[in-house]
Amino acid sequence: MKLLNISSPHATRPGTTGGVMQQVLLAMLPGIAALTYFFGMGHIIQIALAVIVAVGAEAAVLYIRKKPIGFFLKDYSAVVTAVLLALALPPLTPWWITIVATLFAIVVAKHLYGGLGQNPFNPAMIGFALVLISFPVPMTTSWTAPTPILENAIGFSDAVTLIFSQRETIDAYTMATPLDLYKHKVAVATADEITLDPIFGSGIALGWEWVNIAFLIGGLYLLWRKIFTWHIPVSYLAALTACSILFGWDSDRFVPTSLHILAGATMLGAFFIATDPVTASTTPLGKLIYGAGIGLFIYVIRAWGTYPDAIAFAVLLMNFAAPFIDQYTQPRTYGHAKAKRGLPGKE
Amino acid sequence: MSLLHFELHDFRGGIHPEEHKHQSTELPIASAGIPSVIVLPIGQHIGAPSSPVVKIGDKVLKGQIIAEPQGFVSTALHAPTSGTISAIEPRPIPHASGMSDLCIEITPDGEDTWIEHHGVKDYLDTAPAELVNIIQHSGVAGLGGAGFPSHIKLNAPAEKITTLIINAAECEPYITADDMLMREHADQVIKGIEILVHILNPDRCLIGVEDNKPEAINALNKAMGTTRDDTHKIHVVPVPTKYPSGGEKQLIQILTGKEVPAGGIPADIGVVCQNIGTAHAIHNAVVLGQPLVSRITTVTGKACAQPRNYQTLLGTPISHLLKLAGVDHNQMNRLIMGGPMMGFTLQSEDIPIIKTTNCILAANHEELPNPELAQPCIRCGMCTEACPAQLLPQQLYWFAKSSNLEQVEAHNIADCIECGACSYVCPSNIPLVQYYRFAKGEIRQANADKIKSDRAKERFETRLARQEREAAEKEAKRKARAEAAAKKQAEKKAAAEASGASTNTDSSSTTSSTEAPLPDMALLQKKLDAAKTAVEKSKEKLAAAEAEGSDKAELFKNAVEKSQQKMKDAAKAIADARKQMKASENTSSSHANEKGDPNTPERLKNKLELAESRLTTAEERLAAAQAENSDKVDAYMTAVNAQKERVQAAKDALNSVLANSNTPPINETASVAKPSPNIEQLEQKVRAAQTRVDKASERLEMAKAQGMDTIDALQLGLDKQKSKLADAKKQLEEAQS
Ligand code: SF4
Ligand code: SF4
Repeated sequence: MKLLNISSPHATRPGTTGGVMQQVLLAMLPGIAALTYFFGMGHIIQIALAVIVAVGAEAAVLYIRKKPIGFFLKDYSAVVTAVLLALALPPLTPWWITIVATLFAIVVAKHLYGGLGQNPFNPAMIGFALVLISFPVPMTTSWTAPTPILENAIGFSDAVTLIFSQRETIDAYTMATPLDLYKHKVAVATADEITLDPIFGSGIALGWEWVNIAFLIGGLYLLWRKIFTWHIPVSYLAALTACSILFGWDSDRFVPTSLHILAGATMLGAFFIATDPVTASTTPLGKLIYGAGIGLFIYVIRAWGTYPDAIAFAVLLMNFAAPFIDQYTQPRTYGHAKAKRGLPGKE
Repeated sequence: MSLLHFELHDFRGGIHPEEHKHQSTELPIASAGIPSVIVLPIGQHIGAPSSPVVKIGDKVLKGQIIAEPQGFVSTALHAPTSGTISAIEPRPIPHASGMSDLCIEITPDGEDTWIEHHGVKDYLDTAPAELVNIIQHSGVAGLGGAGFPSHIKLNAPAEKITTLIINAAECEPYITADDMLMREHADQVIKGIEILVHILNPDRCLIGVEDNKPEAINALNKAMGTTRDDTHKIHVVPVPTKYPSGGEKQLIQILTGKEVPAGGIPADIGVVCQNIGTAHAIHNAVVLGQPLVSRITTVTGKACAQPRNYQTLLGTPISHLLKLAGVDHNQMNRLIMGGPMMGFTLQSEDIPIIKTTNCILAANHEELPNPELAQPCIRCGMCTEACPAQLLPQQLYWFAKSSNLEQVEAHNIADCIECGACSYVCPSNIPLVQYYRFAKGEIRQANADKIKSDRAKERFETRLARQEREAAEKEAKRKARAEAAAKKQAEKKAAAEASGASTNTDSSSTTSSTEAPLPDMALLQKKLDAAKTAVEKSKEKLAAAEAEGSDKAELFKNAVEKSQQKMKDAAKAIADARKQMKASENTSSSHANEKGDPNTPERLKNKLELAESRLTTAEERLAAAQAENSDKVDAYMTAVNAQKERVQAAKDALNSVLANSNTPPINETASVAKPSPNIEQLEQKVRAAQTRVDKASERLEMAKAQGMDTIDALQLGLDKQKSKLADAKKQLEEAQS
């Protein structure tokens, strides 16, 4: 037998990038289940649609770029992007918006920048931001109300109809999200009055709290599997909490902390979007700054912006900063008195 | 005394690869016996190679010195068994690059007769300097890692040594040589450590053992009960199992909490680190008076029927050990010297065991499968988490890949210990360490290019002058050759005309053979020229060696004589040839044979066939790659196209020659003779470069040892030489393939 001639190390940990992505997908299952339970079948359809489009687009682009298709599809990165995008979209988003967002995410945000690992911006969030800016009306009026307060739950065929054809009856199913509602009502009402709205349920925000807890559980699983480190989620949540306490201690005037943490896409963002390694900062200190920056921007946009949620913009803003943060947050190497920071040659 | 609680400090990063250690600890250490041949490279340690003091045919006894240390940073070499010196010549040595170096070959007589030797009984009352001297002359070099001559670290360091660390962590998977040594020879190991303590007189001595070796830890503790040392300085400290805890820097961090400053040595922070195997060798040298002639080597891997540790004579060919361990060659897919994390693959089983060989890993396909195709880096940061040097491996990777050397350096690539932890965890299976090695080489090159110290400049200029001179000479020779070739052609023509179809009476060859009927003057002339150059070169070397007072002068002298002999032979051949030619000229005058040299079309045909077969292979590869959807398709495609062009070119050449074969190319002989000398020249270049590297590193070590302030300059010089060596090797490889 011919002896192999390669340089060390010879042992590698079994597993591939595809395996990592599969873990991420697995960790999203509780969140998907909670979303479906509380908001109907819409998300399942969106996921299916986005995944099909994403994989198709990925294969097509790989074909055009003359890359081996099977090899790259196996990394599952397109699937993860698609699922994240679908989860961020309102469940009853019209089909063509989902397709536009997915295509943009895969073709422009990912492959035009060089493919997996080279894209500076989170593709799912680019896709989301594009359609949010371009089609604000359907994007802000497609959130279903939590199933428990609907007279008729949204079945699979209802969802299909609403997403793919008839949208006339949509108002019967949709509702503003609690974050949005609170923000708009707080100008004229007190906290006690606002929370009487059935959308807040008996807890913090009907359904949303469970969705967020489910994503939190999935995120903790990934932490335990060492798929990413604690830095980004922790600093993200810490910054968001700190801001909301600092500005929003008075729940008669501002959205309270509990709602910031457990409503909207907060946990999805903390554990699945902000942690997208490709577009995040990579140094330990850099990750802390990066996560905190996202938390801060989320609060700022939620509090003073006009969009209902802010994960996408906050993440994209920090994507901009990530390379710069990295350059200034190199860790101190073994044997060095202090860390080298900044651009080489300018110390 | 070892039950004291030690505050351990963790090092950042690290990994927990599968250990695979139990396979080779099931059986006690066995003797590997005496192999049929022993091959000892003269440079088994860092620093200057030792210089042979024996001749071919000499009878040697076991333990007899066969090569002496050259300078301070060098150590001796002893005969591992009794026998006869059967060769002193370059052989492949254990090195990642698969290079060759001077080796001494011994044919054992099977008696294993020791030379007379005796140890120092009252070693704890002997002056440290004397002990250090014994250690150097016993050939003890670091048995764990790079093979740094042990006496250097023991020689009155400038700083006060507060902590002596004995590295018994043995963190690499598979390797159990130190483990078994501690289990079976704990008494001797502890005695060796006592000697080290006596020499260095540190405040404390810590033996760091990974806690996955409880038997070894117990054995050491038990042995300490009987120690003569009553200062209670020596402690066995179990450290948590985590790769690379056995890295010198990491172990120091674990045990002392201090970091070796970047670019510094452990002594800078009052620490000396020695391997446990070295301590054992020191015991043998001092207490028993036995030089280092054997070591314990783990032979393991799934291709072995019975993995085991062997007490192995230095110089034992690996094939001997593989046979003992019952290696199934059909299973063996990778043969590694060292462990799976930092070892290097071997291409031949004839490579000998040397002082640093702690493990031979004969792995099958299942345990070390062929590497998977690298996927893109997803910046997951797992490598950052794993890096014990607190580097940012993925940043280094991106910068190295784009050859952004400035950034690579700014990210402290120099502090990478090439432990491989980053590559190990990378989910995309990127061979990160390979990129770092490449980048380090590039940086060295760039740095070397930058220095323009007066001396370097001067050297550069003289070299330039010499090169110019040589080039001019070469040009002159080339002209002479061309003329000779032209003349030859003319002569040949004449000769052919004269001889016609009849056999040549003078020459042993016949006209019907494919050989040219007459001696090839140009070829002979070329040989003579080559011999002349060789003489000049070896004379130069001899002069240099003499000037430096090098012990190699003797060797070079031999070389000069040899090449002079060759030159004489060549000259004689030419003279003979001339005579012969004249003789044939006299008898010949007939019509022209249009086939000036029947070789030409034939050779072209061969070439064409070769090119065609290469094309087939390339096409097959391409097809395979396409079938697998590999991303190498493009590369193969280009290769196939290039090959096609080559085939076409060969065809054209052949056709044109066949078409007008009455005008044979004039410089045919020259071009035919070319390839082999080219390789030889390159080999020579490599060897010369190697010598220069060795010399430079010797000087550097010397400077380091004496704390001279020329270290930096020397380091740069060394790096430059190394990169040159690498270049030369590359050229040679290219030429060979
Ligand atoms: S482990 Fe591999 S894929 Fe992950 S960041 Fe490092 S180099 Fe990239
Ligand atoms: S090989 Fe270098 S970069 Fe990689 S983990 Fe080891 S020290 Fe860090």
